[in-house]
Amino acid sequence: MEAFTTHTGRVVPLRRSNVDTDQIIPAHWLKKVTRDGFEDGLFEAWRKQDDFVLNQEAYKGGTVLVAGEDFGTGSSREHAVWALQNYGFKAVISPRFADIFRGNSLKNGLLTVVLPQQTVEALWELAESDPSTPVTVDLVERKVLAPGVEAPFELDENARWRLLEGLDDISLTLKNDDAITAYESGRPAFKPLTQQA
Amino acid sequence: MGRTLAEKVWDDHVVTRAEGEPDLLFIDLHLLHEVTSPQAFDGLRKNGRRVRRTDLTIATEDHNTPTLDIDKPVADPVSRTQLETLRKNCADFGVRLHPLGDVEQGVVHVVGPQLGLTQPGMTVVCGDSHTSTHGAFGALAFGIGTSQVEHVLATQTLPMAPFKTMAVTVNGELPEDVTAKDLILAIIAKIGTGGGQGYVIEYRGEAVEKLSMEARMTICNMSIEAGARAGMIAPDATTFEYVRGREHAPQGADWDAAVVYWKTLRTDDDAVFDHEVVIEGGELAPFVTWGTNPGQGAPLSETVPDPASFEDQGARLAAEKALEYMGLSAGQPLREVDVDTVFVGSCTNGRIEDLRSAAAVLKGHKVADSTRMLVVPGSVRVALQAVEEGLDKVFTEAGAEWRHAGCSMCLGMNPDQLQPGERAASTSNRNFEGRQGKGGRTHLVSPQVAAATAVLGRLASPADLTDVRVPAGV
Repeated sequence: MEAFTTHTGRVVPLRRSNVDTDQIIPAHWLKKVTRDGFEDGLFEAWRKQDDFVLNQEAYKGGTVLVAGEDFGTGSSREHAVWALQNYGFKAVISPRFADIFRGNSLKNGLLTVVLPQQTVEALWELAESDPSTPVTVDLVERKVLAPGVEAPFELDENARWRLLEGLDDISLTLKNDDAITAYESGRPAFKPLTQQA
Repeated sequence: MGRTLAEKVWDDHVVTRAEGEPDLLFIDLHLLHEVTSPQAFDGLRKNGRRVRRTDLTIATEDHNTPTLDIDKPVADPVSRTQLETLRKNCADFGVRLHPLGDVEQGVVHVVGPQLGLTQPGMTVVCGDSHTSTHGAFGALAFGIGTSQVEHVLATQTLPMAPFKTMAVTVNGELPEDVTAKDLILAIIAKIGTGGGQGYVIEYRGEAVEKLSMEARMTICNMSIEAGARAGMIAPDATTFEYVRGREHAPQGADWDAAVVYWKTLRTDDDAVFDHEVVIEGGELAPFVTWGTNPGQGAPLSETVPDPASFEDQGARLAAEKALEYMGLSAGQPLREVDVDTVFVGSCTNGRIEDLRSAAAVLKGHKVADSTRMLVVPGSVRVALQAVEEGLDKVFTEAGAEWRHAGCSMCLGMNPDQLQPGERAASTSNRNFEGRQGKGGRTHLVSPQVAAATAVLGRLASPADLTDVRVPAGV
């Protein structure tokens, strides 16, 4: 996983709540068997509307998506995270994320930042009055900085450390191989098997 | 202090626990399907890793599979490639697979329970958010992403962040015309699509205890639509009877030992939930959604709400956008909404009991000329059982299409899709924009409401059909 320390970029204001993963990447894109090439599917239906924020010249190249609450609800498809990253987003800010989407994002180095609705509104207004306004998402200091905005955010220490170091979860877990084997040897005999190993 | 059901199952699966780290949980059952697994198997190959426990892993094909002409090659080459990729991955890594055409093939969340692989007190994961279905057995069941699928394949464990506990208690008895689907839609409308965020919900109370396993699966299935990490129901005699005798159920002394353990899987009387919600079951009525998220629902007897009636600005804006997308106006009676397509199926309502209840409503009626009805059993086994009971005949004689098993129109990854502007009453779980096909409009309903809607060509409940039954012999 690519490490995330700090990122400065422009905001793309998405004034919508309940952005589900079907909107982020529609199901027909899920037939692909790779982790890349999803950028054209990102918000595919909404991008057919000329006035959609990603179609506005002023927001081209924006890397920090700021959305309303309950971002990433619905399907567990990790393709939603890949699509956002393939398109160029480095961070997403929302007052509340769906759990599975958040887990997926942090495993791929897409930083998801929870900020209060009020701060989200302030970032929307900044980006709408001047789309070139820079915003910094600093994981080291756990702060989002923009003109007139200094917003601390929370992220549990373990997840933060993994992101800062760009660590691979599987390698970390395999260090506990002995503990897994010990657990396995104590499992009750009545637990089902799908086949003989 | 006592523990909740979820905490007990969690504690029994902790492999390592350390201050400042997520618990490492052992996974008892890993379900796979073609859509969210290819990149995970690629990751294993790239790192020279194997599947640690092929004996705790099982795969089926469901999301992409066609429901017509299943004996012919899959027409869509991209879908075909994805199915072939799963077959190759399962062969290369030694994973048991039930492909299209196999008698055990079907929607992954229908297949697990029907094989008896889903049992109380287990941890179950799948790269699919509706894995919460298996919580109906008192299992702790989570939907996961593809990175986690790879993690479980390689280690049979998952590091999991702690959760909060929520009790949803449903008192009393559900009225006769109210189903598990109506109940869960009402719960989601009450707590909202983000209300369960961070929680494992335990559904309890008299009305829940009386539900069949199929109905309990419908409830737990849609926990994710309330934003919850999982949903659970304590196992009881109904659960044990459902599991008993299934292919992978414990036998003999193992069965006795299992039941002794399963009976301990109840929330202790002195356990405290982080949040509690109480619903009076007797006050519920058939429920449908009017908007584009599962929390935007109302009793069928009501009208489309006026966005201006929402105090919260975000909810008001969401309602405005939803009505525009759905082509509905505030104040319009829900019973007057005309429907083009009715879909009965999915991991929410594609089990035998769902087909029985839809058929019971449909029997002796015809699907309206203006409406098409698709019935897609959740698995091949469900289809065979339905045929044995003559349900397929009830559907086809009424003018509905009887299809092969799969996810089908729930998410429209196969050819079963809505056309732009087409309106559906669907027993599935998501009414998101474009979910069932680009521009399609979805109302989530129970199987009974679906069947009544098909007959009248507008949103309806079985009670609306009393005057229109076709006389015998006509």
